[in-house]
Amino acid sequence: MESGNIAWVLISAALVLFMTPGLAFFYGGMDRNRNVLNMLMMNFYCVLIIPILWVAVGYSLSQTPFDNDFIGGFDSFFLKDITVAGDGMSLAIVAFLGMFAAITPALISGAVADRMKFSAWAIFVPVWSLLVYVPVFKWVYGGWLADRGSIDFAGGTAIHVNAGIAALAAVMVLGKRKSAPTPPHSMPLVMIGTGILWFGWFGFNAGSALAANGAAAQAFMNTFLAAAAAGLAWILIEWLRDGHPTNLGAASGIVAGLVAITPAAGYVSGPSPIFIGLIAGVICCYAVRLKHKFGYDDALDVVGVHFVGGLVGSLLIGFFANPSFFDGAFMEGIFYGGSAKLLLEQAIANGAAIVWSFVLTYGIMVALKKTIGVRVSEESEAGGLDLAEHGETAYHGAQ
Amino acid sequence: MKLITAIVKPFKLDDVKDALKAAGVQGITVSEVRGFGRQGGHSETYRGAEYKIDFVPKVRLELVVDDSSVDAVIAAIKASANTGKIGDGKIWVASVDRLVRIRTGEEGPDAI
Amino acid sequence: MKLITAIVKPFKLDDVKDALKAAGVQGITVSEVRGFGRQGGHTETYRGAEYKIDFVPKVRLEIVVDDQDVDGVVAAVKAAASTGKIGDGKIWVTGVDRIIRIRTGEEGHDAV
Repeated sequence: MESGNIAWVLISAALVLFMTPGLAFFYGGMDRNRNVLNMLMMNFYCVLIIPILWVAVGYSLSQTPFDNDFIGGFDSFFLKDITVAGDGMSLAIVAFLGMFAAITPALISGAVADRMKFSAWAIFVPVWSLLVYVPVFKWVYGGWLADRGSIDFAGGTAIHVNAGIAALAAVMVLGKRKSAPTPPHSMPLVMIGTGILWFGWFGFNAGSALAANGAAAQAFMNTFLAAAAAGLAWILIEWLRDGHPTNLGAASGIVAGLVAITPAAGYVSGPSPIFIGLIAGVICCYAVRLKHKFGYDDALDVVGVHFVGGLVGSLLIGFFANPSFFDGAFMEGIFYGGSAKLLLEQAIANGAAIVWSFVLTYGIMVALKKTIGVRVSEESEAGGLDLAEHGETAYHGAQ
Repeated sequence: MKLITAIVKPFKLDDVKDALKAAGVQGITVSEVRGFGRQGGHSETYRGAEYKIDFVPKVRLELVVDDSSVDAVIAAIKASANTGKIGDGKIWVASVDRLVRIRTGEEGPDAI
Repeated sequence: MKLITAIVKPFKLDDVKDALKAAGVQGITVSEVRGFGRQGGHTETYRGAEYKIDFVPKVRLEIVVDDQDVDGVVAAVKAAASTGKIGDGKIWVTGVDRIIRIRTGEEGHDAV
């Protein structure tokens, strides 16, 4: 049985790794054609720097000892004391969690698109990972937020709300793009990215059971249903409101549904994922328009999809959590005989993550702005970041 | 010699090409262009935000002809590219001072 | 009638289009071209091998106008496309003998 569990965790780790290029294509297609390589590179950079950072200090500070409330310790720096005993499950978990650490800062890239200096991004990613991701991850998994009773199956609070609110803080320091936003330069790229994300997300959610068991199967089913329901909700609203069901609407809805079911994947059952998906699809479809109202330039809607979707999913656990189905030791949601206690704890957990992430991210961005600068020159922004920052162009000839 | 330039609707390209072949035209240069004119553009909505696409896809044809063929070529394009709807395009004619066939070095009407 | 052809920097296209609209221009044809001029190209390095990219992306605009509108249109393009840096492009004007609107068959001034 143990070997089956390890096999599933290892496969899930590879599935989660594949989500980063998926995200890169999803964002890259939405971006303009002269900045697509910069977008891909911002994402791929995360899978270059984070694995090393994770093994060096990240895993240890975010996990061991498990009972620490706020931050881990130095016990597992450079994988000290991690062995292959017990068929290597502890090592498999380090790898699996490392994939999550890699994709989380990558989510922020969509917000800062078209204008952030790559050198600033190169420093932002590891610093943000250590100062924001690592402590919040610890609070949610084994720390004080978990002890109070809040739950987060695969990273709604620790990953999506965390990165989503960081995206807002980042663009507030970074400022708006100089030229008006453009329509996606390649919708086919967006759609293939969406497909890869959905595929990888089965590892993200069902793998978070850390075993090949019933919770994994239910998390898999929930991942399947919530994404479908949210995509459906989004295109229906567009059809009624704007006249056409769009590919970008379907893609955005699918991702919003995946984000929303992430915290709930191993805690809800039956038709609940459909409701969670429908609610997230509707809310996110309207949330992506908030930036026009409030005037922050979240280029590819990281706030509207990841922050809002993650928050919606995490709060809905307070209604839909069904511990008896899983024989689990967590509180019941309001619809399953529980009080409002779980909902309150979910709100507290997200509130804590939001405050910490927003304040620290804002501080990191201000520090970068005052030292090396965070924006490319106006000339680079006009001519394209692919050439200015990477010396490459995606499409030779016409741009 | 004259250079005839025509901007037509992309889906009419095959009809225009057949009409020009039938009119005895030996060569055409075609490029994909975008046009902004009375036809107006359209808007596309992405995540609820509307983008105005002002430029409409068009095809540009360029052909150099003898003065004597100008009327026939214009008539052929006009007839084959016409749909009767706004956005059918334009044809203009400009004088060409010199024409050279690169392979043979022939000049003038022989190079057409 | 004159044909005004302008080669401008791609990111200036929207500004130029808006300036031409404001100047009352009814139609423009735009194509994506590459230019080789004083701006020079750039090098891209792939796996350590350098590739010289001599041709820089540009946009070509073509506008047919009445003789008396030439100065206004040229001024509008010039003002909107200028960045003050090498590579801003060129504008040239040539004579047009005839112009036809395909849909209606109108010729000359009426077809502009």
